Amino acid sequence: MSHDHHNMVSVSVTVNGEARTEECEARMLLVHFIREKLGLTGTHWGCDTSNCGVCVVSVDGQPVKSCTMLAAMADGAELTTVEGLETADGLHPIQQGFMECHGLQCGFCTPGMMIAAKSLLEQNPNPTEHEIRDGLSGQLCRCTGYHNIVKAVQFAAEKMSASQEGASS
Amino acid sequence: MQTPAPFGYERATSVDHAIQLLEQLGPEARLVAGGHSLLPMMKIRLAQPEHLIDINPLAAELGSISIDGDSLVIGAMTRHNDLLASPLVGEHFPILQDAERVIADPVVRNRGTVGGSLCQADPAEDLSAALSALHATATIRGSGGSRSVPVRELHVGPYETVVGDAEILTEIRVPIRNGCGSAYEKVERRVGDWAIASAAAVVWMDGGIITDAGIGLAAVGADHFVSPAAEAALRGQQPTEEVIVAAAAAAAAECNPSTDQRGPAEYKRHLAGELTARALRRAVARAQGGQ
Repeated sequence: MSHDHHNMVSVSVTVNGEARTEECEARMLLVHFIREKLGLTGTHWGCDTSNCGVCVVSVDGQPVKSCTMLAAMADGAELTTVEGLETADGLHPIQQGFMECHGLQCGFCTPGMMIAAKSLLEQNPNPTEHEIRDGLSGQLCRCTGYHNIVKAVQFAAEKMSASQEGASS
Repeated sequence: MQTPAPFGYERATSVDHAIQLLEQLGPEARLVAGGHSLLPMMKIRLAQPEHLIDINPLAAELGSISIDGDSLVIGAMTRHNDLLASPLVGEHFPILQDAERVIADPVVRNRGTVGGSLCQADPAEDLSAALSALHATATIRGSGGSRSVPVRELHVGPYETVVGDAEILTEIRVPIRNGCGSAYEKVERRVGDWAIASAAAVVWMDGGIITDAGIGLAAVGADHFVSPAAEAALRGQQPTEEVIVAAAAAAAAECNPSTDQRGPAEYKRHLAGELTARALRRAVARAQGGQ
């Protein structure tokens, strides 16, 4: 990273597999860098106080509230946003789960919810309902009452473990 | 939109480099680790440093958990989730994992650090109470070398520590002694919130007698996050229900909660006593080999 002058930084990231470098103010938060500099508006910006979790993105494989991280801190990192979930084979099982189980109504919390769910399933491929609720406790949803979100994650877990078994047999 | 005021951004590549930057940039420079306390304060201008020194590159140098002699050593850059997941921590001091489970939420715990939480010195901070109860010490480094300070003496008031302008907290050392049992109890308004009140209890037992004890309290205005009166009520005693209730009453009497949006002072004082008793019962059970 180079300093053009006092308060400006150059930030290089790999976002959803693509290398990008942008200049920004040192005080720019990662959520705004992703939305305004990288042009990826799937990541939402909500409470600004690290409570609601709609801005969650994956930074080097770990979900992070991007309203509470400076873009400068992400220099050199690999980012995955909601736009990076879909693969050549189609929607990610988590996306399919949210669709099939009606895991969203207004959709505002959904990008952060899905990125956090992805990390949860990577650490714990077969979570109990309690583990799902605990794992997503940093995400607020004001529509669903969480019930269908839990179902969506369970749908994804089953689908992902079925494809794991299929791959290994 | 909430955005911090402009600042100069520096990135430290080693502890020595961080100290050198602090000396060079002066008292208006602040270290930032996980940033989950400092950045929100900067957004609402409660903090307005002229320079931020990012110490996230020191995660490898300061982020390990290990045993050194008869101490558990926790690097200051240890992320909350790493403390929560550490088998070493679980084996020796389950109180720290009790506390971590109720610190913010899993996503915040990916970023927030042990050292950052202690240096933020929020009066409701959970680890300050737990580590004070454990009689842990903090290692603080400056250009002149390192010094060791009991965690009980780290905080001089709300949001204030003894860490100097050009110093950095590098590690926490928790003494490992035989017969230890520990537990943490907290009541919060909703998942991930700061405590309304919380209590940390540590007992060291030998032959059925409590030989030493640590009682920590957060969010209830306890001096240095501890209750010496409750500790004195436990030392040399058998851990009977009577003794536990007396120690809990001493903790409730000694703390100094204030009424705020989290509840009235008398409710918090009641909680301080009740949670001390609950934490003590679990700590004693753990010391005696139970869960």
